[in-house]
Amino acid sequence: MDLTFTEEEEAFRQEVRAWIPEAMPDAMRERARGAGGFTPEDSATWHRILYEKGWVAPHWPKEVGGTGWDAARRFIFNEELELAGAPGLSVFGLSMVGPLIISFGTDAQKKRFLPKILSAEEFWCQGYSEPGSGSDLASLRTTAEDAGDHFIVNGQKTWTSYAQYADWIFCLVRTDPSAKKQAGITFLLIDLKSPGVEVKPMLTLGHTPAFCDTFFDNVKVPKENVVGSINQGWTMAKALLGHERTLLAMIGPSRNTLQKIKRIAATKTVDGQPMLEDPVWRAKIARLEMRFRAHTMVSYRALADQQKGKMPGPESSILKIVGTELIQDLTELAMEVMGESSLTWYNEGLCPAVEESIGPYFCYERAATIYGGSNEIQRNVIAKMILQLPTS
Amino acid sequence: MDFELDQDQQMLAKTVSDFAKNESPVARFRQFRDDDVGYDPAAWRKMGELGWMGVPFPESAGGFGGGFIDCALILENLATTLVPEPYLASVVLGGMTLARAGNRLQHEAYLTPMIEGETTLALAYAEAQSRYDVTAVETTATPHGSGYRLSGEKVWVLNGHHADHLVVSAKAPGGVTLFVVQRDADGVNITVAKTMDGQKAAFIRLDGVMVDEGSRLGEEGSGGAVLDRTMDYAAAAAVAEGVGIATTMLRMTVEYLGTREQFGVKIGSFQSLQHRAVDMYAETELLRSISMASMVRADDEDVYLRRADISAAKYQLATGGIWVAQQSLQLHGGIGVTDEHDIGLYFKRMYALNALFGDQEHHVARFASDPAFSEVAI
Repeated sequence: MDLTFTEEEEAFRQEVRAWIPEAMPDAMRERARGAGGFTPEDSATWHRILYEKGWVAPHWPKEVGGTGWDAARRFIFNEELELAGAPGLSVFGLSMVGPLIISFGTDAQKKRFLPKILSAEEFWCQGYSEPGSGSDLASLRTTAEDAGDHFIVNGQKTWTSYAQYADWIFCLVRTDPSAKKQAGITFLLIDLKSPGVEVKPMLTLGHTPAFCDTFFDNVKVPKENVVGSINQGWTMAKALLGHERTLLAMIGPSRNTLQKIKRIAATKTVDGQPMLEDPVWRAKIARLEMRFRAHTMVSYRALADQQKGKMPGPESSILKIVGTELIQDLTELAMEVMGESSLTWYNEGLCPAVEESIGPYFCYERAATIYGGSNEIQRNVIAKMILQLPTS
Repeated sequence: MDFELDQDQQMLAKTVSDFAKNESPVARFRQFRDDDVGYDPAAWRKMGELGWMGVPFPESAGGFGGGFIDCALILENLATTLVPEPYLASVVLGGMTLARAGNRLQHEAYLTPMIEGETTLALAYAEAQSRYDVTAVETTATPHGSGYRLSGEKVWVLNGHHADHLVVSAKAPGGVTLFVVQRDADGVNITVAKTMDGQKAAFIRLDGVMVDEGSRLGEEGSGGAVLDRTMDYAAAAAVAEGVGIATTMLRMTVEYLGTREQFGVKIGSFQSLQHRAVDMYAETELLRSISMASMVRADDEDVYLRRADISAAKYQLATGGIWVAQQSLQLHGGIGVTDEHDIGLYFKRMYALNALFGDQEHHVARFASDPAFSEVAI
């Protein structure tokens, strides 16, 4: 057992650490050090900067535009981005459909889609949930009817996050209505500029237009846009869920939120002394930080497995549950530390920027325990697959 | 970064685990609950022959010069069947203190025979008022001739009822100092104290016990720092044991959920119980993961690096570990609160581990006292 990084790895860390602030535009650097709160446009700008450096998709194989780094370097790179407060990148192309196309796509699909995901010429969104199909995703009813060399797609997808900024959507659609639930589903890539597609953004609790409803009315989609084979979409979806697991561990957001909590606590007083010096508040913060430390170790174990080219062990299944519940506890504590200031709601310049960022973010992260398979569904799956408890 | 055990460590873990399963099932622990000593000196000698006591100690003292990880692996595996021999008390508490504070002669006299399984050690550091402050020592060491006269009372000395040599903290003119005291020395009064988890400790009254200069470990006033370091090892050791306990309780509970039937079905098919079991699994894996960090860091000379992971680990034992223990009992229903069922024995051991070497408030406060905790990036 060894918890340290090698000298070469540490040197790499220094290189990344020095590069990040240099590469950022001034305004972005300012905000990265401050409150964060980046817009999708900021995210796209940062995406392009990383692309030009060749660092936008470290987790992709080198031959399709990855960096060729091992897991430790990828980890260090991510950690440095998080520590620097850099904007997060849209995950739908880089971390979801991209890896899926790399694993299961045709050569033509790889050539058509991967370069534009890398270059940020095309952004993606995800079309899974429907108004009637949330946790019971396999009950989805959006249909893709066989019309020779293409499909005709009809239906409605919901919670299609950031669809208003996206060029493409990857969807699960029903291609065989007579087959058993999971068996008749296909993984289909749809151009959002196709006639018959309508995207309607909706406000979330955090008052950001993160969610959309996306409607399909007799949308023509070429058959070459199927990933995997027809009626094999459920297998694709499951493969993708594996990718999501470590993505949803919330290590970076938790670290940043902890840092914000301390920054705010350093500026408030309790009994005439800084809140951060008050034993009760220190203890409240320390408890969450210690849990974060244990949680981080679970994700390090998954990383170390990847480093050795192994599948992460069963313990990685808890990352989503623990990580999302932890980020909710942290954002809740951030609200608590602010006291009355936690009432503030988009009053630019009224409270310090870091305080303004908390309320909407607190609201935003309420979704974390719901998306990516609600935590209740995650528990069902772990009970069955890992603990092998009996089914009723 | 690597969380895998090397080949020797894997073999060690397997040997200890086999020993626990085959030679010391829980029935053996039960048998020794009612014994005056509480364990079998012959089994202790066998563990010595297997080389388990020597793993963390320098070769000059008869040890194998390994790291604390090996020690933690032994504790984790011994805990799975509640092996009663005093590994924690003798190797970690007494042994690690002697190893750090003692000179070569003292190592040869006290450490080597313990490593060989011929003797056991105990560390008398706690006093009735001291709680987790190892420097809150009221026992006195008054210079007398070329030696000292020790007076005071030590409490909850693990294995103190049977240890051959006692390592005792006392306040000398130069500050908190450690001494080796022979159990049969004049003025040593040992009272056996039963512990909640079926083990034994001692209350030890020292009435003007005479010790010579050669019994002093290190310089006067050096005891506090050594004890502080020992407490880090001990906390990491307790967490390693806690991993063995939590893993076993989780396994027993999942087995029970898969066999017990009510309402005509296995109770493990009920969603509320499944979700509880998954949360127990999550807390156990958090404990295992941070325990790995703490056993690696235990040997680290960087005090803050060491403390951060060890305190976080002991905190996870106090929260997640205790919660696993509570829920294991709850999910076993009525049978879980009988003395006849083993689950309750593990439950009590988890609480004992929680009470030793710093509880959650202690470790929360210590974690927050790291200067890095208050560092705020602008």
